[in-house]
Amino acid sequence: MAGTFLDSTELVLNMGPQHPSTHGVLRVIVKLDGERVLGTESVIGYLHRGVEKIAENRTYTMFAPYVDRMDYVAAISNGLGYCLAVEKLLNAEATPRAQAVRVILTELNRIASHLLWLGTHALDIGAITPLFYCMREREYALNIFEKYCGARLTTHAFRIGGLQYETYEGFEKDTNDFCDMMLPKIDEYEELLTGNRIWRERMIGVGILNTEDCKAYGVTGPMLRAAGCAWDIRKALPYSGYEKYEFDIPTGQNGDTYDRYMVRMQEMRQSVRIVRQAVADIPAGPIMAKVPKVLKPPVGEAYVSIEAPKGELGYYIVSDGSTQPYRCRVRPPSFVNLQSLDKMARGSLVADLVAIIGTIDIVLGEVDR
Amino acid sequence: MVTAPWEGELPSALAAEFSDQIPAFLSYLGQNFLVAKPASVIPILQSLKDNHGFDYLVDITAVHWPKRDEQFDIIYVLYSFRRNERIRIKVLLKDGEQIATATTVHITADWLEREVYDMFGIEFDGHPNMRRILLPDEWSTFPLRKENGILNMDQKWVQENLGIESGQ
Repeated sequence: MAGTFLDSTELVLNMGPQHPSTHGVLRVIVKLDGERVLGTESVIGYLHRGVEKIAENRTYTMFAPYVDRMDYVAAISNGLGYCLAVEKLLNAEATPRAQAVRVILTELNRIASHLLWLGTHALDIGAITPLFYCMREREYALNIFEKYCGARLTTHAFRIGGLQYETYEGFEKDTNDFCDMMLPKIDEYEELLTGNRIWRERMIGVGILNTEDCKAYGVTGPMLRAAGCAWDIRKALPYSGYEKYEFDIPTGQNGDTYDRYMVRMQEMRQSVRIVRQAVADIPAGPIMAKVPKVLKPPVGEAYVSIEAPKGELGYYIVSDGSTQPYRCRVRPPSFVNLQSLDKMARGSLVADLVAIIGTIDIVLGEVDR
Repeated sequence: MVTAPWEGELPSALAAEFSDQIPAFLSYLGQNFLVAKPASVIPILQSLKDNHGFDYLVDITAVHWPKRDEQFDIIYVLYSFRRNERIRIKVLLKDGEQIATATTVHITADWLEREVYDMFGIEFDGHPNMRRILLPDEWSTFPLRKENGILNMDQKWVQENLGIESGQ
């Protein structure tokens, strides 16, 4: 029978770069058959600032604030990774006190990052209320950062060798108060969402990526754990004293959007657990290790990575013995995770594509660098 | 770089399998890496994945050394979940020399290799989509090559497409 105009034809649709649910300037070219996604292509680079080139033209110390501008939602994690990488090259280690404070601030930042993810992801799917709640609680974490170092978002909280600032009067109390406040709030979000039928229908079985696919695509972080692989760099290759703290690695089974949501909720609880242990036992002592004023790491190279809120964040730095990095490569989790979008989106509905982009938890500042 | 030799069961096994294709097993600051010849990097990646459990390709990147005969280092960072071990492969490459794509072994190499091409102009043979990824397709320079200064990028493109007269 000859086709009629009612027969579906393939349609190529442009989503973004300006689109509310792409979380920044991400352009996705979508090929559709009716509502069904046949394939996607991500066009990235709109926020490319050449951070790696800038690094080659700045001293090690001068480059530190730049890393905050990559994943600006979790600037403290970025800073920690960079400091650890340069410290590795210098063969130096932060003092015990500095390490404990670093862990506290990094975990608070993980909670802040997950909160922003939860709020915006819920908004993408159509639940507006959680955003206000999440922003409200995130504010408390940002207040602690502000009191500590004066900045809320791009904090530049750490220095190579330790910390710039001593903790402020009442830091322990503020952090403990935040922990006390946070746990019931997470329960509250879960009450709103976890059993919510609309929420579940929109998420269960959407954007499935199993463990094998995760490994093939290099996908790490909550996405890998939601697929059932209990892998977390904080446990596997501990840094900054994480081996001292007790915490669990939450995992899912199906590797779908819902499991990723559950994993991130659990991770916030675990972060609270780590913060509590760390605050209870901040060692006394200096906050800076003995590192020279002018940093000149010996000729060499090192790859150091940390568990950022979004996955494995790695720095590969090559030193030629001068004051500037010869090469500074950033291995961004968002960039690598975003690559799996096409695999997850194929065969899904166009409305689910929005949920899938959200569930990766990308920050375009980090994808494009 | 003051390196120590990397000894153990894994380097011996690889040395037995690839003999002269891996000229050196080295270790620096406790991080192990091997230096491989460009022609054999894909078989090495395959063998590491199939026989030794290195099933996660963390990163591919490059470093430019303009004064050297082999101008580029290509760095592969690998991790094994089973062994909880991270290693690196370093390949020394001449300018213009092609290297085979790793997408046949690890899918994640797709974007990573495109970024290396975008920044350094190194082409990966057999890559399904060897195009720029972060910069515009018409961009003329490879920014992370050392001869390109930080203020000396594609000024013509900026002038024409963004209407910024200085090109910066």
